[in-house]
Amino acid sequence: MREGFISRGFGGRRRRPDTKLPPGQYLEDGFPVLSAGPTPRTPLEAWDFSVVGEVDEPRRWTWEEFKRLPSEEITRDIHCVTKWSKLGTRWEGVSVDTLLEGVETAAEYVTAFCDGDYTTNLPLEDVTGGKAWVVYAYEGEPLEPIHGGPARLLVPHLYFWKSAKWVRGLRLTADDIPGFWESLGYHNYGDPWREQRYWGD
Amino acid sequence: MQLSRTLWRLADVVEVVPETPRTKSLVLEVPGWEGHKAGQHVDIRLTAEDGYQAQRSYSIASAPEDERLVLTVDRLDDGEVSPYLTEVLMAGDKLEFRGPIGGYFTWEAREGGPLLLIGGGSGVVPLMAMLRHRAAVGSDVPTRLLYSSRSYEEIIYRRELETLAARDGALAVIHTLTRSRPASWRGYQRRIDAEMLAEVAWSPDERPLAFVCGPTPLVEAVGAALVGLGHAAARVKTERFGATGG
Amino acid sequence: MDALRLDGNAVAGTLGEVFSFEVTTAEYTCEGCGKTDRLGAAMVYEVRGLGTIVRCPSCDHALIRLAHSRGRYRLDLRGIRHLQVEAVAG
Repeated sequence: MREGFISRGFGGRRRRPDTKLPPGQYLEDGFPVLSAGPTPRTPLEAWDFSVVGEVDEPRRWTWEEFKRLPSEEITRDIHCVTKWSKLGTRWEGVSVDTLLEGVETAAEYVTAFCDGDYTTNLPLEDVTGGKAWVVYAYEGEPLEPIHGGPARLLVPHLYFWKSAKWVRGLRLTADDIPGFWESLGYHNYGDPWREQRYWGD
Repeated sequence: MQLSRTLWRLADVVEVVPETPRTKSLVLEVPGWEGHKAGQHVDIRLTAEDGYQAQRSYSIASAPEDERLVLTVDRLDDGEVSPYLTEVLMAGDKLEFRGPIGGYFTWEAREGGPLLLIGGGSGVVPLMAMLRHRAAVGSDVPTRLLYSSRSYEEIIYRRELETLAARDGALAVIHTLTRSRPASWRGYQRRIDAEMLAEVAWSPDERPLAFVCGPTPLVEAVGAALVGLGHAAARVKTERFGATGG
Repeated sequence: MDALRLDGNAVAGTLGEVFSFEVTTAEYTCEGCGKTDRLGAAMVYEVRGLGTIVRCPSCDHALIRLAHSRGRYRLDLRGIRHLQVEAVAG
């Protein structure tokens, strides 16, 4: 299939590989929008965030309540499995540690569920200990719907498909349940530094 | 027959023809080309020396009756493939493609009409294949093309459309210019809306076959407007080009 | 309305590599809402570099979820209750 045809004079988008980036990534100036479905438009009055599943007591916050939780500014590099990376992106939101504070659970995994049908799965220890947030502002402005607003998950140490857009809650689970892309062959964990893009990497 | 359409093959670029300041037509020679239907597209694939590949779809502009395969490409400023096709590719180069593709957004003269073609920007390309096919077979199916462009200079195939309409009483070409227009312009000068469609389209009783192609927002607005005017959804076929047009 | 979405035509080339029949004229019944239409009329979300999702235009249910990696296609077709294809004569 690969006859080795090369298009004369084609270089592709200017891709600047950088030693600071994970393998196979390039720096991106824009912020590509990748969507697997229509952009949800949940009004803030109808929005809520819940922690459910293997917990002693489910929790739920309305938008008003969520915005009153202690929040922080987070500046991190992000890496998309489609090979673009952005350095020093600035967000504001609530640490998942705050959302899970005091929760009693034997669960080892969490599924982030969202408006639309998107889900993604993570080990519980990868969203705790200061590694994950639910963010509602990007670069000082409220998060736009096309980028996941009103709120999205932010887990910068893993490929960005784990930073689920339009997140509405976390379900703690005893078993690891592959999410939207994971069930289609993408890597269950997704560490960009070990280039874990696909199952079996 | 099916298999050859899904395999990547090489076409010879015979000529690159400027159409407007931002669009060019690529005239291709394809050994063993088995023909196509007006409305179909091809997928183009570019490969860089390091193996990097980019792939996009482009509608076929030529009629099935034409000798050579022609694609018309709109150069997007931030595009990855279209700047290559419109600024680097030249006669003598080869182009990797597969196709023809698509059995849904197609028209053959024997399907009849009336035929309502609505295009925005480079969305006119597959509609032009339909018009060229219609002319090539001498069809007299009543046809109207409503074509939205940003400016007079950006009307693709402008002269050819004038000629086709001038010599064919059953074909009407109606333009609308959305961003700028010559001082002498007396045609429509806004985005296509329900009012314009009510004036241009046949009544739903005539049951026209409608083909709408262009940027997604235009296609969705026009599709909804046509259905709102009473046209059967099953007789309105759409081809969305995404946010910017392909 | 989403400015980025496409029609069934957009996925015809890729699905043509997997299926031997003309995909855009195949008739599906949506598992979500029971509506029937041709795949050409479905909504296509091309998540460039990740995969392609085909959704029912009536209820947005995912009819086909496709990921393409390492020379392999992986398809989830659970969103289609039935698929009807014209048999090739002969």
